[in-house]
Amino acid sequence: MAVETLRRPRPKGGGAVAIQSLLWRWPWLRPALLLTPPLAWFVLIYLTSLVLLLVTAFWTIDTFTTQIVQVWNLDNFRLILNDPAYRLIIGRTVGLAALVTVTDAVLAFPFAYFMARVASRRTQTILFAAVLLPLWASYLARVYAWILILNHSGLLNWSLQSIGLPAANIGYTISAMWIVFTYIWLPFMIIPTYAALERVPESLLEAAADLGAPRWRAVLDVVLPLAIPGVIAGSIFTFSLTLGDYITPILVGGAGSTFIGNVVYSSVGIANNVPFAAALATVPVAIMAVYLLIARRLGAFEAL
Amino acid sequence: MRSMASLAAWRRLGLFAAAALFVATACGSTTTTGGSTAQQPPTANTKPPTTVGPGEGQLNLIAWEGYTDKSWVDQFTATTGCKVNAKYAGSSDEMVSLMKGGGGGQWDMVSASGDADLRLIYGGDVKPMNTALISDFNNFQTFFKAPGYNTINGVHYGISLQWGPNTLLYSTKKFPNAPTSWSVIYDPANKGLVTVPDNPIQIADAALYLMKTQSSLGIKDPYELTQKQFDASVALLKQQRPLIKKYWGTAGDEITLFQNGDVVVGAAWPYQTIQLKAANAPVADTIPSEGATGWGDTWMLATNAPHPNCAYLWTAYVSTPKVQAEQALFFGETPVNTKACAEMETLQAGSCAQYHADAPGSYFNTIKFWKTPIATCPDGSNSCIPYAQWQTAWTSITA
Repeated sequence: MAVETLRRPRPKGGGAVAIQSLLWRWPWLRPALLLTPPLAWFVLIYLTSLVLLLVTAFWTIDTFTTQIVQVWNLDNFRLILNDPAYRLIIGRTVGLAALVTVTDAVLAFPFAYFMARVASRRTQTILFAAVLLPLWASYLARVYAWILILNHSGLLNWSLQSIGLPAANIGYTISAMWIVFTYIWLPFMIIPTYAALERVPESLLEAAADLGAPRWRAVLDVVLPLAIPGVIAGSIFTFSLTLGDYITPILVGGAGSTFIGNVVYSSVGIANNVPFAAALATVPVAIMAVYLLIARRLGAFEAL
Repeated sequence: MRSMASLAAWRRLGLFAAAALFVATACGSTTTTGGSTAQQPPTANTKPPTTVGPGEGQLNLIAWEGYTDKSWVDQFTATTGCKVNAKYAGSSDEMVSLMKGGGGGQWDMVSASGDADLRLIYGGDVKPMNTALISDFNNFQTFFKAPGYNTINGVHYGISLQWGPNTLLYSTKKFPNAPTSWSVIYDPANKGLVTVPDNPIQIADAALYLMKTQSSLGIKDPYELTQKQFDASVALLKQQRPLIKKYWGTAGDEITLFQNGDVVVGAAWPYQTIQLKAANAPVADTIPSEGATGWGDTWMLATNAPHPNCAYLWTAYVSTPKVQAEQALFFGETPVNTKACAEMETLQAGSCAQYHADAPGSYFNTIKFWKTPIATCPDGSNSCIPYAQWQTAWTSITA
């Protein structure tokens, strides 16, 4: 009898209440309902298109009418592996992505450290705004701004010449691409690094100080290892964004600045060779898969 | 003419087209078999209409940016009732992609350049047109009545529109006297100061140069190359590669390069020269002694065009001397209608001769017009290098 009175009043029928009782009976139903739309989107649109991409890569085209011929073969992959031009392009893309990532990490760390551990609350807010500010402007506007700086009669050469130095000829070169990529993706490195640095408890530094470690030693041995997962997390962004980019090479690159993305673009746009584009597009997918596995090992996902 | 479009916009469009194409092809139906170069175009036996009926009220065009400019479209719509819906394409290849993607009858016409035409014709994306329905056709420059890039076995797969040469553009500061040979863009003295289009058809420019300078190769037509001739052209371009500052993608890119002094010489279209001169840049252009390649644009009718009457009305309208002259001066290109010369003079004195709109037939021997390279050689053998290989070679040249 006592048990009866403790029970909640019986529902008086009605759809909403019925659903509520269903949710109560099967607790797993609530997250399932919540996750179905995004998961359906992810699986249907994203994964399906990736699978289709992979499948197309094993087909070929009629070289004249450029119609797809559905004959299973590995020719596209063979060409990518055997042609030195594609090896060069893949090597250049991965190499520059790695270089940009390292440069961004080196630039971002002191900045993020200052933001997280030195700056006052007010300065911190201002710096945050400064980091995010470039993201408000269009990607293209920022790249074009760099063209104006780096080209032959641009701001850089004008400044160099006005202080009597010889002109630097870095417009439309791989160095120009390195500078622009490093600039464009820097915020994506600063923010995760900042997040990781902010989480390092002050008590650990005090403990290090109590044990006689100078400040630089504490930063090196205590803060840096704890911040590494944040840097790795940032590197996922900078590395993958550079790896997949094709606009910066078009705009600021010179002769010999072709990226994987440019070949994919021209294979579809110029040669109408979707199978080859698909085969080449699997290269960055594979590289990123390996990169993410390594990043997970290094604890990057806990820092995100 | 090609891409004057803002680069951003057309890259985005291109990306979208690529995505759409990808979905279309990936999910698409069964496909035809390969190696079909010597065959008849799929639409060769489609009978074109003999009369033009009343307009359907709409006309969907794929065009170079500005080819459907208000200044002549409005009057067309007013007279025919055909509302023009244009999609601007950024490259020949985007046009081909769009036509293949919209094969279900989305588009009526495309203003394709010669390097795209054979791909559209043999792809079955366009069908024959009746030249008798274009009243100005008889006034066309003889060459453009049936140029090899849009007419096969006497069947017209479109009506020629405008043309232009690919010129040698140079800085008059660096070259006080006009260069007389294309050799300047292959000369190591100009290391890092040269720009050429980022387009596989550029191999034909190298072939044209070799045709005149290395007769032992026996090149007859820069678009019909045997393996040996092709390899020699590619080798020349690989040698040229260290001289290149940048392979330009859009006309605007090249204008910026010249304006900022990043390059002093390069391959260009008359449009760039007009724009640079208008901005008081010290440049000039010339057609060197080896001759030049050129482009010829054609309005082609889509196989499943939903508004064929409006399409014929449009083609007839843009072939009239007045519209031909307006469009020519708008873009710095040359009309195919010889009657347009007088109209050009009225609009801008001296322009007719300046654009070679009054050129004699022999002039067209010096211009090698773009056409899609196909495997079939002039001798009927299948030993010529098709366009797909041009593209692959171009990737390795520019890599």
